[in-house]
Amino acid sequence: MLLVLKKAGEVQKMLNEKDKVFQNLHGFQEPFIEGALKRGSWSNTKEILSKDQNDIIELVKSSQLRGRGGAGFSTGLKWSFMPKNTGKQHYLVVNADESEPGTCKDREIIRNDPHTLVEGCLIASYAIQATKCYIYIRGEYHHEYVQLEKAIEEAYERGFIGKNACGSGFDFDLYVHRGAGAYICGEETALLESLEGKKGQPRLKPPFPAGVGLYGMPTTINNVESIAVVPTILRRGPDWFKSIGVENNTGTKIFCISGNVNKPCTIEEEMGIPLKELVEKHCDGVEGGWDNLKAIVPGGSSTPMLPKNICESVLMNFDDLKANGSGLGTAGVIVVNKNNDIAEVIERFAHFYKHESCGQCTPCREGTGWMHRMMQRLVRGEISPEQIELLENVTKQVEGHTICALGDAAAWPIQGLIKNFKSELISKYNKKLKAS
Amino acid sequence: MSSNHPGLSNNFSRSGEKFSWSKDNLRSIKNIISKYPKGREQSAVMPLLYLAQEQNNNWISIECIETIAETLNMPKIRVTEVASFYSMYNTRPVGENLVQICRTSPCWLRGSNKITKTICKETKCEINDTSDDNKFTVVEVECLGACSNGPMIQINNDFFEDLDEESTKKIIDNIKEGKPNVIGSQKGRRSSENA
Amino acid sequence: MSDDLINIKVNQKEIKVDKNLTVMQACEIAGEEIPRFCYHDKLSIAGNCRMCLVEIEKAPKLVSSCTMPLMEGMSIITNSERVNAGRKGVMEFLLINHPLDCPICDQGGECDLQDQAMYYGFDKSRYKENKRAVDNKNMGPLVNTIMTRCIHCTRCVRFATEVAGVPELGMLGRGENAEITTYLEQSITSELSGNVIDLCPVGALTSKPYQFKARPWELKRTDSIDIFDSVGSNIRVDSRAEEILRVTPRTNEYINEEWISDKVRFNYDGYYQQRIDTPYIKENQKLSISNWEESLKVLKDKLKTLKPLALIGEHVDLETGYAIKKFMSNYGKDNVECRTDNHAILESLDSYRFNTPLNDIENSDLIILVGTNPKIETPIINHKIFKAYNNDAKVFNIGENISLNYKTEYLGESLSYLNNENLIKALKKSTNPLIIIGSAFLNKIKNNKTLKSIFSYADKYKVITKEKNNLNFLNPYASRVGQLIIGNTTSNLCEPFSNLKKDNFELVLSFGSEYISNEQFNNCFKVYFGHHGDDGAMGSDIVLPTPLYTEKNGTFVNIEGRPQEAKKCHNPIGSAKEEWSILKKLSDELSFDFIPNTFDQLRSELFDKHPILSDYHEIIAVENPTSITPDIEFEDCKAEYPVSNFYMSDVISKNSVTMAKCVEEIISTPSLLEKSA
Repeated sequence: MLLVLKKAGEVQKMLNEKDKVFQNLHGFQEPFIEGALKRGSWSNTKEILSKDQNDIIELVKSSQLRGRGGAGFSTGLKWSFMPKNTGKQHYLVVNADESEPGTCKDREIIRNDPHTLVEGCLIASYAIQATKCYIYIRGEYHHEYVQLEKAIEEAYERGFIGKNACGSGFDFDLYVHRGAGAYICGEETALLESLEGKKGQPRLKPPFPAGVGLYGMPTTINNVESIAVVPTILRRGPDWFKSIGVENNTGTKIFCISGNVNKPCTIEEEMGIPLKELVEKHCDGVEGGWDNLKAIVPGGSSTPMLPKNICESVLMNFDDLKANGSGLGTAGVIVVNKNNDIAEVIERFAHFYKHESCGQCTPCREGTGWMHRMMQRLVRGEISPEQIELLENVTKQVEGHTICALGDAAAWPIQGLIKNFKSELISKYNKKLKAS
Repeated sequence: MSSNHPGLSNNFSRSGEKFSWSKDNLRSIKNIISKYPKGREQSAVMPLLYLAQEQNNNWISIECIETIAETLNMPKIRVTEVASFYSMYNTRPVGENLVQICRTSPCWLRGSNKITKTICKETKCEINDTSDDNKFTVVEVECLGACSNGPMIQINNDFFEDLDEESTKKIIDNIKEGKPNVIGSQKGRRSSENA
Repeated sequence: MSDDLINIKVNQKEIKVDKNLTVMQACEIAGEEIPRFCYHDKLSIAGNCRMCLVEIEKAPKLVSSCTMPLMEGMSIITNSERVNAGRKGVMEFLLINHPLDCPICDQGGECDLQDQAMYYGFDKSRYKENKRAVDNKNMGPLVNTIMTRCIHCTRCVRFATEVAGVPELGMLGRGENAEITTYLEQSITSELSGNVIDLCPVGALTSKPYQFKARPWELKRTDSIDIFDSVGSNIRVDSRAEEILRVTPRTNEYINEEWISDKVRFNYDGYYQQRIDTPYIKENQKLSISNWEESLKVLKDKLKTLKPLALIGEHVDLETGYAIKKFMSNYGKDNVECRTDNHAILESLDSYRFNTPLNDIENSDLIILVGTNPKIETPIINHKIFKAYNNDAKVFNIGENISLNYKTEYLGESLSYLNNENLIKALKKSTNPLIIIGSAFLNKIKNNKTLKSIFSYADKYKVITKEKNNLNFLNPYASRVGQLIIGNTTSNLCEPFSNLKKDNFELVLSFGSEYISNEQFNNCFKVYFGHHGDDGAMGSDIVLPTPLYTEKNGTFVNIEGRPQEAKKCHNPIGSAKEEWSILKKLSDELSFDFIPNTFDQLRSELFDKHPILSDYHEIIAVENPTSITPDIEFEDCKAEYPVSNFYMSDVISKNSVTMAKCVEEIISTPSLLEKSA
């Protein structure tokens, strides 16, 4: 068991190799069935499936696994919302539409260790009484799609899934559905719409998918990583999972570090590893040294950035990041150093959200364009302090008023920029004013 | 001289040729439709758009839309909505190699601008253009989900990662010369390992 | 039903409401008006405009009230600063890319966006960026588009799909590039397409014919009735001086809800084309201009010596019909006929009207169309069948294999297919079957027995029960049911004209009926009372100008038996005189018994004679239902449909330039503007 050291600067042991759920995250071993069996996948699945469905849900609940897709909602609790014995077709839908800028973790699971996901799908589906599961994978991940299809084919061939999966008596079918280039389909109800052959426009909630989901049937939607860790949790027990990290922020977590670090990478670490350690240890530090750090976006583009002083000590878990005004999100860590214009980083995010808005509801459709155009002028130093206030005001007019969370996600990065670097933005304007 | 991304245009055009499914695709379609519940054949519209695009030189013509609508018994406008909504369905012809350059912040922080310049120079294409020899269409796209390997590009189905100007030029040159490329990291690292 | 009531609070006021309502509906009950653009109570809920935001106590975010279900104890706040700020924000977003070209917009003065902006708009724009411009789209000859004004509420898309039943509109693209269009900019092929103009909350979809014609505040509004089919849709006629500039629906939940057909909405230009504006008399085989004095003198002389027959056309109101009947009674019986199409009936009202109340059609689970094409004969009834279809009703069709906007199972061409095995099976399973017998067969039936058999059949398969009568007879004419009720028909129940001996009548008075040109009247002296110079007028010896339905008051009974009033909107064109006043003058000169001196007197006499007609808007009860006989035997007859072209079904529409354009652009070449690569 590992000691959790909360003070930054203190040496902390890296996550023990044997505690890593994803033994083949980087693909050094064979990704398919032979490798998977060696890594322990499918070893006692039948036994797991012999447990009562509610017991599985309880075990996952007690592991304190929180959804790895961004919102951080308890996975077990989510499963418990599914109605029981309805006589209807239940569905598990796995969200592999990994599109949040800064995020590339599910990709590694799918291409290098796909059987963790396939097995997870089977167990999770069993727990929520779903005999059918769809994995919705982003269209650009073509190679990953091919890998996944192969793993599924193998699982069918070995009788791990399909009729009487693993000899458990449970019939289970697993399908892959490819997206086609729309970030919004990562929003769970937009994903369902897309899966039903429509534009990916988020649905109104209520009703929630657990009641009325795919094809109007009870549906649970989970992130790839949330599902892929389930077999290991059940194998090694919730206590093992809970022993890593701290209360309510347990287990291991895949972090993707990108941007201005010497060695960007995707790694599995303990939930709650200090951000600085993550950057220094695993990525060989910030380009130009820690003091050259400008800010870090800790959880994918939607989470507000953290200024250097917070980066010094913040822990990479749900609660500590929240307490520091940001969020763990998808754990896509984007590091920005002083050689780059932090405003342009956010301007590019604004462009991203404008590009990916589905166009359904007013504040997002109109607001993302407005915000981006102002951001463009801001990058050029062309907006006055009053207009910076207007920009902030516009983000507030979008935030909380849209059908789905994309509006909020578009607003927060800009709010984070203004909150942390307002004076810099103003001096940019003044400089430009002087020059002209 | 088109001003927008071929996958995000609301304008569709006819190819002028009849579009009917190839024998192989007819088999695939049966298989695809069987993945979805009865009465929910509309779910197959995205896979069918992919099939049509593949069969139709990488773009979706009005003829493709009408054939899909007929196959799935869907109103044509609904197929059109889907085709126009998703960025991976090209609504006009593109070159043999669709080069998509990730422009989002993580890649930009690591120099995607230089990659864009190099590609435009080497393919003799402006963004959203197709080269005269129809070898390349170059577009800028939003995050492709390989952030730890930025800057990166996607050419047709393949990702090319950890790029710099030199390796980018090499990739384009190889395509021009008909030589194979190594896909994935151009720095020789395994996926996104910390090396 | 106290189980369905829950307690909620709206702005601290406690109320009890049905738990199945939405927050928006509950607020309305509480007297709080909620602004909205995308919400429409006849369409599915989209929740996309975000204008209807309200605060719910304890909820972290504002919620869109149109989408939110109620919960016991919910406390809703609609008037807080937070709500106001939320709505103001949404309004600002709606306006930033809106062109604000209200001064040149036809919607100006009746625009939801304009109205709401008065409450929630900022007084100046904070938007310094370039505005979006969107290309206009072709949607056909009726709907004009200025798409830069579009606020993407998708009401039009939902209407086309859910109400009109033509999934031809959609929103392409995404984000700020999302655009509303028809498939490849083809014309909308619905008979109800004009309703998108009323639904559009801004000026993106407006009326093509009405473009730049008027401002709403200049128009005189007159309540009237659609007389271009038998449904009796409620309309509002907007006119300026002596010209009608626009026709729009009035809501009537029992009949047309808030929709009207494109014919009545757009054929008004035909009201002023080819009008008979003065009397004509035939001289040397040619009609020449005459005057009232001369023409009535000639007519009076003929009426003294010749035995007359009166024909009643499809647009004749009840007061006129009553005057005709009264006038003709001076010549005996059996000399007035409104069934100029050979419409077979039995004695009772239930044999010639639509017995199911129109707003009950949607509750049927099995509909059998027998010799009717509701899509082009009565689009509103077709919409109601479509509603039933969407509620999983099965629809069978007998007659020609017509194409409709929903799936039907075609059985065969003759009445005897009512005995089809599949149909009988379905009828036995059905809990609420409904039959519609249309004119295509009704006009061909030669034998009473067949009609009686249809009743027996309906009784046998529980289409008629003690509680309800779902055996319906559908003809497309506005005048028919009413004229039959007041007895303007001869005693032959089937084939009314077959038994008329050629010599029986020597003088034919046609009130707007084209049947006057039938060769059986070749030897008669012919007089045509009407407003449009078509075949009927051309072949007559005297032509007398009479007003259109918008130029006088009149009562019509709709297909289900509901009397309604069409009001006078402006004065008659030219020297047209109302029929009753012509007959009154002739009566006086012929010393006939014809009391009324005014229209009001005429009407009250009509109501005295037929009190059931005075109860406007109520469905008339059937006094003596058709008795059921045991035999079921259908004669063999071939369907012949009364309407073949929706846009050209009557003399008025035939004279409308707009209707002619519809034929050209919708029926003939729907894909005029399709682009090619």
